[in-house]
Amino acid sequence: MKNEPHAMSRSSGRFFSTVLDVLIPPQAGSVRWGDRVFHFLARGTALFVIFLAILLAGDLLRGSWEAIRHFGPRFLIGTTWDPVTGEFGTLPPAVGTLIKSVLSLIIAVPISMGSAIFIAFYIPKSLRAFISYPIELLAGIPSIIFGLWGLFIMVPMIRVLQVWLKANFGWFPLFAGPAVYGVGVLAGGVILAIMITPIITAISRDILLSVPRTQIEAMLALGATKWEAIWKVALPYARTGLIGAVILGLGRSIGETMAVTMVGGNNFDLPTSLFDPVHSMASLIANEFAEATYNLYVSSLIYVGLVLFCITFLISLLAQLLIWRLSKGRIAILE
Amino acid sequence: MKVKGFSILVAATVLLLSGTTAMAACPSKGVKELTGAGATFPYPLYSKMFDAYNKLCGVRVNYQSIGSGGGIRQLQQMTVDFGGTDGIMTEKQKQEAKGGEIMHIPAVAGAVAVVYNIPGVGKGQMKLTPDVLADIYLKKIKDWNDGRIKALNPGLKFPSQDIAVIHRSDGSGTTFIFTSYLSKVSQEWKDKVGFSTSVNWPGDVGGKGNEGVANSVKQIPGAIGYVELAYAEQNKIPYALLRNKAGKFMEPSLDSAAKAADVANLPDHMEVMVTDSENPEAYPITGFTWLLVYTNQTDAAKADSVAQLVWWMVHDGQKYAKSLGYAPLEGAAVKKAEKLVKSIKVGGKPVLN
Repeated sequence: MKNEPHAMSRSSGRFFSTVLDVLIPPQAGSVRWGDRVFHFLARGTALFVIFLAILLAGDLLRGSWEAIRHFGPRFLIGTTWDPVTGEFGTLPPAVGTLIKSVLSLIIAVPISMGSAIFIAFYIPKSLRAFISYPIELLAGIPSIIFGLWGLFIMVPMIRVLQVWLKANFGWFPLFAGPAVYGVGVLAGGVILAIMITPIITAISRDILLSVPRTQIEAMLALGATKWEAIWKVALPYARTGLIGAVILGLGRSIGETMAVTMVGGNNFDLPTSLFDPVHSMASLIANEFAEATYNLYVSSLIYVGLVLFCITFLISLLAQLLIWRLSKGRIAILE
Repeated sequence: MKVKGFSILVAATVLLLSGTTAMAACPSKGVKELTGAGATFPYPLYSKMFDAYNKLCGVRVNYQSIGSGGGIRQLQQMTVDFGGTDGIMTEKQKQEAKGGEIMHIPAVAGAVAVVYNIPGVGKGQMKLTPDVLADIYLKKIKDWNDGRIKALNPGLKFPSQDIAVIHRSDGSGTTFIFTSYLSKVSQEWKDKVGFSTSVNWPGDVGGKGNEGVANSVKQIPGAIGYVELAYAEQNKIPYALLRNKAGKFMEPSLDSAAKAADVANLPDHMEVMVTDSENPEAYPITGFTWLLVYTNQTDAAKADSVAQLVWWMVHDGQKYAKSLGYAPLEGAAVKKAEKLVKSIKVGGKPVLN
């Protein structure tokens, strides 16, 4: 027997509630009006987001269809980008994107984890907000500002570093490139590291703060030092969340456009050293889209966007699988 | 006496009317709003021109500097009244235009300066020839200490420094002018690279926008790059003297750029790159930016407004060019532009008479 809301007792109300009964079937334990409507709205918005993502992928596919038809999969390993002859390939920008992102993670993760551990465990509670505030401020700075700062302030400093590295360690293959440019893989990696550190720090700090105090205190009671308690209890407990924070940082660094455009060097050759200038996929699209003068050119740029979308999607998927495996199936998705 | 006075009055009125019809700056029967889109290179000048035109005639022109490619696409779809482009449209692009034939009307010219950063070599000192410049950009000449560069500049001392070749990472009309010049003077460049708003550069670093290139050249020792003249002057970066077709080493300036466009055999359709100009006083790397207009218009009022606007831009509007760093159209170029504007038609009849 259906429960009718007592407020609607007239026949029109009865009709209305019947229609809605069909649209929003009563859930077990939630036959009240408000609950059912809210359930419907919440489910609707969630589905809407998924729908948007599918629509985005579909649009990317549609826009790049001409390039896909023309080049096929050889676009993914092509190393030439020639708008004059119409020959396009996305391997150097893809490699550039991945290398800069990985480099940024290598630099940012130790710093972020260290900061998060420090804020969560070592400073007095009263100072916690005080220290956290500038970190969160950094996270909110627009990337074009980072780009400008990077180009005018950071790149000369990197240039000095690169020249020194080449002079003293030039035999190492990663330091064999043109040191004097300043812009390149290293500059791109460093600016990305600066940009993703606040995100990883903020999330990791929250995750570490949510480790139950009882666990840590139990370790300390058993005679562990503070460092042992953190290393052997807090971090493993928070492992999945920390990985999630790192993946978020990685996601941002892969998609970062303006800052990388200004300090990345924007060259089409495959990078062979840390000092080589190279495009990233996002900077390639941002640079060339406005003046893409013919359809295949535009379509190829959208194809690059599709590849970027797929890479980001794959990395997210792998991250979720990793978290799922690490938590031995207990934690389903990023918690 | 009365008849004579009356005839003088009639003659004066006729003269006045014919004069104003030929050079009327403000459309009497046209629309009050026009839209355009396209090239970014002339945008500062167009901005100023349209503002002045609005104050003069009350016609609002909305121009979106989305890039030459975007401007061409919008005009093909007939969503704007005129387009702006730094590069000449290809045959394929012309075929895709929905409204038929499109005219390229030159609006203003600009010079591209070759800037460099060589410790010990200052402004206006280094001389370059077209083949040396092309070989530098082809990465065939790799060091500033090269014999060919030294032969051109016997009085200068060059360090043994690798040449860092800077180019534009974004598509641009400046690149179009520069690469079409290199294609004209070097067969190898034409075969290997070609010319367009964006090309497959042999090296080394790409800067975003004229500002990006200027900044990279300033920062990297041993760098060479190309920027719009205004950027070179405002950033006080040294630029090179280039040998022009007549054999004279010219400095990039607004005058030498204007001279490049003032040559005898300009084609009527004005779809020409005036790089490597024959004028002995010309700077070799100069180019036009064009306004794109459909020859055969359908809306009489709009056609009238567009024609009047373009006429004003190539005449009175040119006075804003120099202060903003653009080379105004002179002499032959203006005559050709006038002819093109006069051939804008509605229903077979020219709009301006």
